[in-house]
Amino acid sequence: MTTNYQLKRADFIFKNENDWEEVLSKNINRSPQELINELISSELKGRGGAGFPTGLKWKLSAEAVDETKYVICNADEGEPGTFKDREILSRVPFKVLTAMAVCGHVIGAKEGYIYLRGEYFFLQPELNKAIGEFEYYCKEINLDFKIRIFMGSGAYICGEETALFESMEGKRGEPRNKPPYPSSCGYMGKPTVINNVETLAHTFTIFKYGAKRFYDLGVQYSRGSKLFSVSGDTPKPGIYELELGMSLADFVDEFGDGDTKAVQVGGASGFLVPRKRFSETAIGFQGKLTGISLPTGGSMMLFNSSRSMFNVLDNYLEFFREESCGQCTPCRVGCQQLLKGIKAVKRGEKNAQYLDKLLRLAETMQYTAKCGLGQSVANSFSSIVENFREEMIY
Amino acid sequence: MPKIKLSEKTIGLIKDVCADFGNQGSELINVLHQVQGKLGYLPAEVQEVIAKELNISVAKVYGVVTFYSFFTMIPMGEFPISICMGTACYVRGSEQVLAEFKRQLSIEVGQSTADNKFSLNCLRCVGACGLAPVVMVGEKVYGRVSPQMVKNIIAEYKEGCATESKSA
Repeated sequence: MTTNYQLKRADFIFKNENDWEEVLSKNINRSPQELINELISSELKGRGGAGFPTGLKWKLSAEAVDETKYVICNADEGEPGTFKDREILSRVPFKVLTAMAVCGHVIGAKEGYIYLRGEYFFLQPELNKAIGEFEYYCKEINLDFKIRIFMGSGAYICGEETALFESMEGKRGEPRNKPPYPSSCGYMGKPTVINNVETLAHTFTIFKYGAKRFYDLGVQYSRGSKLFSVSGDTPKPGIYELELGMSLADFVDEFGDGDTKAVQVGGASGFLVPRKRFSETAIGFQGKLTGISLPTGGSMMLFNSSRSMFNVLDNYLEFFREESCGQCTPCRVGCQQLLKGIKAVKRGEKNAQYLDKLLRLAETMQYTAKCGLGQSVANSFSSIVENFREEMIY
Repeated sequence: MPKIKLSEKTIGLIKDVCADFGNQGSELINVLHQVQGKLGYLPAEVQEVIAKELNISVAKVYGVVTFYSFFTMIPMGEFPISICMGTACYVRGSEQVLAEFKRQLSIEVGQSTADNKFSLNCLRCVGACGLAPVVMVGEKVYGRVSPQMVKNIIAEYKEGCATESKSA
């Protein structure tokens, strides 16, 4: 087992994409089975945050029997503190388009969609230009694959894959029950591969250099590199590509302002890690690392000692209350009550023990909410309340 | 809300947009984007026309319009001002910036000034957290905004001297 808890920079994602034509024509001549095996052996996991093995996802859709299938690039980057997908689409769009076409070849899809976040409307003209150029080349090599942009309309929940399908079908973005999973019943009820922008960009790296180059980065269970959006109290906010598996302590050494009291890993739906846990926390997917290992869509927000964690939690809960689609009761009512509850404790209308009741409510939401939004409210809520209880009360 | 009478021209415009998308109910969101882009907002009367053209219920159109934060049923100002309330912006003081905008323009969030020049809105993370706190006027992005800068930002648009940053 490789042990590598050091912070190591990588440079694949934004490396030139000029050879996309070559990568595309080479890979669509390989057999789908070969490509799937390559992806599986790279151990690439979805970079949107959930971490589902990408190779398996493609395999399941490839095995589904249907004449019409779809490839969707999820560019509904809405997690507060995340801005990596925007950067990928504006700097290396051809990597994403190429990956979509290769995926189409693997699963047997002729249509691809990019679900672009409404707030990123300014990317549309350039992206459309790239798509035009891309489709021109596809025609030249006799590859039947079309890509269309679908504009989001400002709803965080649409980043959830089944809500995204609903939205594309012209409906309110309310998540569906799972199963069935998108691999057999996705957009328009057809087998669909839906991948995050960054995941697709990584498959480009894998198809270009082979699985081993990718697999050699990172640590066991968390292979490869990942983009991190660094914001908050840091002297160098921005996007950095780092190998997975680093310890949070190293990360803070590099990006902190010397006074970091906590880091929110994974945005509003992620976890808050207080200073005393920095050294035992690693960034990657669940596995046997030292201590806790946190998955992340890449948002790393640093807070220094001047920040009130009550305000941070208040902001997150306002966000969730606003963005809850309202379909299932645990999430719709739970978000409202959590927000009301912490405000009441702060004003002294409820005693401190009331926080324990709220923690139980958050836990209930985790088990009973229909989709990832409601289930993950407990992540930030519990980690903030448990670690900064006194700030919630006084 | 007072009832608005749509002109023949407006109705024609809506019908054209619907026809562009094949009068398909599944294209509702694309239709709404286009129509709002042309009219600036989507009052109930407009929704009724769209529902009829796409052969879906008005309730469904209304349901979608109110679900997504991009669609608005009230007209926006000539220069819509949006303040990011995402966490990164929030901890870096966007609330104070918002308060200053409210004070300078004497309007609340979701309202427009009397001359219809400015309207004020809150956004949830524009994906520019490195520049926090962020303010958008039309499509122009202002980064690291402090309450002291608010007056100058408004002044930029007051005398019609900001032609290039006009929203599309």
